[in-house]
Amino acid sequence: MAEAPLLSVKDLVVEFPTRRGLVLRAVDGVSFELRQGEVLGLVGESGAGKSITGAAVIGLLEPPGRIAGGEVRLKGERIDQLDRGAMRRVRGGRIGMVFQDPLTSLNPLYTVGQQLVETIQTHLPLSPAQARQRAVDLLVEVGIPAAERRIDSYPHEFSGGMRQRVIIALALAAEPELVIADEPTTALDVSVQAQVIAVLKRLCREKNMAIILITHDMGVIAELAHRVAVMYAGRIVEIGPVRDVVKAPRHPYTRGLMGSIPDPAAEADRLTQIPGAMPRLNAIPSGCAFNPRCASVLDRCRRERPSARVVGSSEVACWLDDEQLRRSDLQAVVAR
Amino acid sequence: MIAFLIRRIAQAVLVMLVVGFVAFSMFRFVGDPVSIMVGQEATAADRAAMAERLGIDRPFPVQFARFVGNALNGDFGISYRVGRPVMDLIQERLPATLELALCAAMFALVFGIGAGVYTALHRDGALSHAAMTLSLIGVSLPTFLIGIGLIFLFSVELNWLPSFGRGQVVDVGGWKSGFLTQSGLRSLVLPTITLGLFQMTLIMRLVRSEMLEVLRTDYIKFARARGLHDRAIHYGHALKNTLIPVITLMGIRLGSLVAFAIITETVFQWPGVGFLFVASVQAVDVPMMASYLVLVAAFFVVVNLVVDLAYYRVDPRLRTDHATARS
Amino acid sequence: MTETSAAPAPVRTRPSLRERIAAAWDSDIAYSFRHSPVTIVAAVIVLLLLFGAIFGPWIAPQNPFDPGSLNLMEGKTAPLTPNMFTGKTFLLGTDDQGRDVFSTILYGSRVSLFVGFAAVAFSMVLGVTLGLIAGYRGGWLDSVIMRTADIQLTFESLLVALMIFGFTRTLIPPGSQNELAVPVLILAIGLAEWPQYARTVRGVTMVERNKEYVQAARVIGLHPAIIMMRHVLPNVLGPVLVIATLGLALAIIAEATLSFLGVGVPPTQPSLGTLIRVGQEYIVSGEWWILLFPAVTLLALALAVNLLGDWLRDVLNPKLR
Repeated sequence: MAEAPLLSVKDLVVEFPTRRGLVLRAVDGVSFELRQGEVLGLVGESGAGKSITGAAVIGLLEPPGRIAGGEVRLKGERIDQLDRGAMRRVRGGRIGMVFQDPLTSLNPLYTVGQQLVETIQTHLPLSPAQARQRAVDLLVEVGIPAAERRIDSYPHEFSGGMRQRVIIALALAAEPELVIADEPTTALDVSVQAQVIAVLKRLCREKNMAIILITHDMGVIAELAHRVAVMYAGRIVEIGPVRDVVKAPRHPYTRGLMGSIPDPAAEADRLTQIPGAMPRLNAIPSGCAFNPRCASVLDRCRRERPSARVVGSSEVACWLDDEQLRRSDLQAVVAR
Repeated sequence: MIAFLIRRIAQAVLVMLVVGFVAFSMFRFVGDPVSIMVGQEATAADRAAMAERLGIDRPFPVQFARFVGNALNGDFGISYRVGRPVMDLIQERLPATLELALCAAMFALVFGIGAGVYTALHRDGALSHAAMTLSLIGVSLPTFLIGIGLIFLFSVELNWLPSFGRGQVVDVGGWKSGFLTQSGLRSLVLPTITLGLFQMTLIMRLVRSEMLEVLRTDYIKFARARGLHDRAIHYGHALKNTLIPVITLMGIRLGSLVAFAIITETVFQWPGVGFLFVASVQAVDVPMMASYLVLVAAFFVVVNLVVDLAYYRVDPRLRTDHATARS
Repeated sequence: MTETSAAPAPVRTRPSLRERIAAAWDSDIAYSFRHSPVTIVAAVIVLLLLFGAIFGPWIAPQNPFDPGSLNLMEGKTAPLTPNMFTGKTFLLGTDDQGRDVFSTILYGSRVSLFVGFAAVAFSMVLGVTLGLIAGYRGGWLDSVIMRTADIQLTFESLLVALMIFGFTRTLIPPGSQNELAVPVLILAIGLAEWPQYARTVRGVTMVERNKEYVQAARVIGLHPAIIMMRHVLPNVLGPVLVIATLGLALAIIAEATLSFLGVGVPPTQPSLGTLIRVGQEYIVSGEWWILLFPAVTLLALALAVNLLGDWLRDVLNPKLR
């Protein structure tokens, strides 16, 4: 590991002060690294802090949310403390973003060409004609047929899948090194999902671009990601290569999460289910946040918060010893 | 586009016919037009002549058709109160009202949109809070009180601006304009503010709430994620989307200006159509009231038509018939 | 069943008055009310003005419209200043006729509030009824009612009121113009405001009509009028209450405006608008109190009612905020 990672997030803490003086921690001590061209999946239930982590990296936290601790480095340079102007240049320039809903992410009153050219010219010193040519090229790249003609169409004249391609084109407008894709396929039909995933996969390979893929869909992760980080209540509980995390999950929560995914090949006739629900941000238990729902809970889990340690090829934040974490028959959930 | 236009125009014509019918019924069935026109001491021959002149001896549909025909030719009969053709009276006074309404509309638009955008972008600023509080008072403040207050402050106490009339006007091809003299312009200031202030507060509040709504949308978040300049996001993306619902309101508001001009003209003794109308309501001058109704309806209908077309221009989603095939 | 297992049935007592007050105090609406000082102030202002209007004849130092109680010598007395001839002082001064301004305001707000409430009640009954019919029956009746509402909404309601006022007056013989002025005013303002209610009620009715409980009521053959009263009406009460409150402010302003224009109430029954119209003539000569106090009263009334309406809208429909 000679060169610095493309993105390094260390001990990131995001807080939302509430009106009553309470401070909610939506992201609590999250660390991960991303190499060039690598796709990192960020999974977890809704409210686990995945999207907020993504928004914190690109500097788009909704006020009053703020980064209260830790650091974010892009190629070794800190970007979490940049001023507005500098951060604006990073956004869209070096880090692109793709949102969940293609139907609402484009301004309905401008043609896709106008929106593309505007983005390109904001970040690259191109003439209007050059910017337009680049916009056409981008549309071709993301697989819009007849791009030369469709560039002057308005968003409402495209289907959902095509709009998501346009959005990807917009995220790529200035050749970013990293794209944060927040649930990029959730709002799409299943058949269209596959096409959009294929586009992302190809672009990632061709442009050696890194992607943070935020989703709760393990199928998308398995298809696209190299590594995956599992989040629970604002913390990463397990992070490792996709194959290992999916096939041999270590953390009790990950085991429960994987058990809740239907697997056509498996014999099991019922899905497992984790009892209880993820705690609300104002009621996160002390120690390990998962302890009230964990079947293998220890006394220590209720007192001390586990930090991540290497187990095999993954890192796991759990107090159980390596022996127990490796056992395949570890009871993932409380017996029903 | 053409189907849309035809449908709108058909609607407009329908509204005008309904209003015309109401106006005609007023004119025809309220009181006895013949006695009013010829006076109490007229002979039977006079009465018959007048009845024939007014066409009252004809069947009802014929009378209505004639009324519509006359109205289209600008003939609305003779004022009971003044004894002169209604159209002449209106023509004399229309420039005063239109100039006032135009100034008030510009005032309301410029300051309403400006303040609305400002308060939306600086939600927690002291100036925004002040503007919002003032606007709440503005909505509750009757127009005539605004006028009286302004007269008291700027005419009586400070003696800066005239409190009544149009000042000196210049006749430009039959159009008496107050725009060309200093006293005319000075006379316009207070009535413009009086007439425009209420509309301004409404526009400001609407622009603010629409803009806040738009700033929360995904496409604005996405525009930020694309690294666009704040100015491009606020004034290019957010404002344009904000203005779409505002345009509709603007049409209705512009119509209201004519109605509220009645009050403003009364407060400032502004020699416009509204002032004339109040006098005719007081004197039960039916032809005058009926014509004013038709005139205002025509104004409203035209404004609404223009608004629809503007809407169509701004929002590409309404223009789908132009669009290339959906993919 | 044996005797022993039959425990005495719990006696359900009706909640005592104290309990009911406690429950009301804890409700969301009361909570939001207690935590909004502006709303409390607005409510106090409205209650004070209502009290003054209702009990005006007993509170007022004089009956300003009984010529016998007036003394021309006391005309144009400044507030809290002894009159130079009689030495009497007046809280808010007197007008040119020697009328006590405080008394004229009490009598005037009586007229203003009466016209306001009556016009709102009239337009509410009319609008709710037409809205229910349009929404429940649908078809051509719905089209006719809603088209009419649309056309009328195109015009400013004040203009509509002025038109109706002028039109109705032409039908009244000159001798009874003054007596009938107030009812005509109520009719004109009420007729100008009904489309607001009709639109809202129609929308809610159309939603409710297709719900299962209304379908069930229809199946068992309940009369449409009963279905509407029992099942649909309760659902529209919230929005109607909001429109009515904001409508009250509009009606009060409309009445004041018409009276200010000299086409509203007759001079023998002056409302706040009439008082302002009269007071306006004295601003140049320096008798500011004749204008100021009625104007402030009108403004306070309209503002307070508007604030209450805004608050009600926020409480009853948080989504609209």
